[in-house]
Amino acid sequence: MDDVKETVLSILNDLTGEDFSTRLDENLYDSALLDSMGTVQLLLDLQDKLGVNAPISEFNRSEWDTPSKIIAKVEELK
Amino acid sequence: MRWYIPYGNPTYFIWLAVALIPLMIGLLYGHRFRWYQTLVSLFFLILTFGGPNWRTGIALICYFVYQVLLVSAYFHYRRRKDSPNKGWVFVLSVILAILPLVVVKVTPAIQSGKQSIIGFLGISYITFKVVQTIMETRDGFIKEYHPIIFGQFLLFFPTISSGPIDRYRRFVSDYEAVPAQKDYLDLVQTGVRYIFLGFLYKFVLAYYFGSVLMPQMQFGAMMAHGFSWYIVGYMYTYSMDLFFDFAGYSLFAVGISYLMGIKTPMNFNHPFKSKNIKDFWNRWHMTLSFWFRDYIFMRLVFFMMKHKVFKSRITTANVCYIINMLIMGFWHGETWFYILYGLLHGCALVVNDTWLRYKKKHQDKIPHNKFTELFAIFITFNFVCFTFLIFSGFLNTLFFGPSKF
Repeated sequence: MDDVKETVLSILNDLTGEDFSTRLDENLYDSALLDSMGTVQLLLDLQDKLGVNAPISEFNRSEWDTPSKIIAKVEELK
Repeated sequence: MRWYIPYGNPTYFIWLAVALIPLMIGLLYGHRFRWYQTLVSLFFLILTFGGPNWRTGIALICYFVYQVLLVSAYFHYRRRKDSPNKGWVFVLSVILAILPLVVVKVTPAIQSGKQSIIGFLGISYITFKVVQTIMETRDGFIKEYHPIIFGQFLLFFPTISSGPIDRYRRFVSDYEAVPAQKDYLDLVQTGVRYIFLGFLYKFVLAYYFGSVLMPQMQFGAMMAHGFSWYIVGYMYTYSMDLFFDFAGYSLFAVGISYLMGIKTPMNFNHPFKSKNIKDFWNRWHMTLSFWFRDYIFMRLVFFMMKHKVFKSRITTANVCYIINMLIMGFWHGETWFYILYGLLHGCALVVNDTWLRYKKKHQDKIPHNKFTELFAIFITFNFVCFTFLIFSGFLNTLFFGPSKF
């Protein structure tokens, strides 16, 4: 479980240059830290590093907009 | 029998008010009268596509049957046990889905302006809904599909002529539910406010800019033969007319949807206060630009990054911006000014990203304050108005059209 959390946080760190371990509920889109490019990169990284297959259709901005929501989604899809 | 452009005149609104009252009373007391909603939809479709327009009505019916059969076939293919989910079946389905639209868009370009007989008002907006449903079916996220409900989605009359473009899964969840009384009352309140704001936008502001000021600018520019300040005047009045007319229409479409308990997404969010061009596309004709983002741009980026077409992520993004906006240009119509409009916006997105990267790198040297923000809004606004001038086709009439005076 913690493994997923750490991997997601490290992917987000690579993408945005920010550490979210203490800001799990920050909205990534409102603060413009993620855009469509970053999102695609995130989906590809999740595929590579965690084997989670999340097609773009599944990606719904309101369900994937904070680090904690992403972690929950990934655990659900795993 | 006469016909009505949706939201085009007061009579249409009177028909709406009368027809929606039973549906609204039902929703207020926890019932959605689906058969009645279907009858109302049919009535309003006949108002628009019947009478002297009956030929486009026939075109709509044929198109509708064709698309429902196509999506049903693809859905059954995908939901079969061990569906092979072949790429070519998917690509073929998407091609078949956009084929009628392509014919309609290309016909005027090759037959000197003549409209195709298979066209009808709103064909592109229905095509967007079809393509999106096929894509989500391919990804396996549309698990339940019912041809009748899909039909309701495609022909949802408040948005049929010009959007906003809803999403199948979102629409179905609203259509199948009945909002709680308190939520429905909130929806009605917001809906009514939107409709009245729409009156202000469309019948006061768009009328003033489009029918009072714009013809004067147009006349001045025509008389000046060549470049004149009237062209600049035309540029701003056209942009204002375009916005208030389309945003007004969208407010009606969203407002009426709300009264029917369907939360159709918003189309505009103060586009003229955008700080950059990306911000602009998050605020202007949002359901279209989000459609392009989700079903073209992101998929293209995903494909290119997965197959490592380009080494750098920046090149991938830039190529995809240009392709994405060019497709949007072609979608508007096969004329040089629509295509140039798309190309300009594609390039602007590239420049915007480059600048943002540069700015981030040199944060300490580049000032950022209220004044630079205002300046950014000013530049974005003027660039956008300039692209609308191209989009309007007025330069084409002015410099390449048959001379009228």
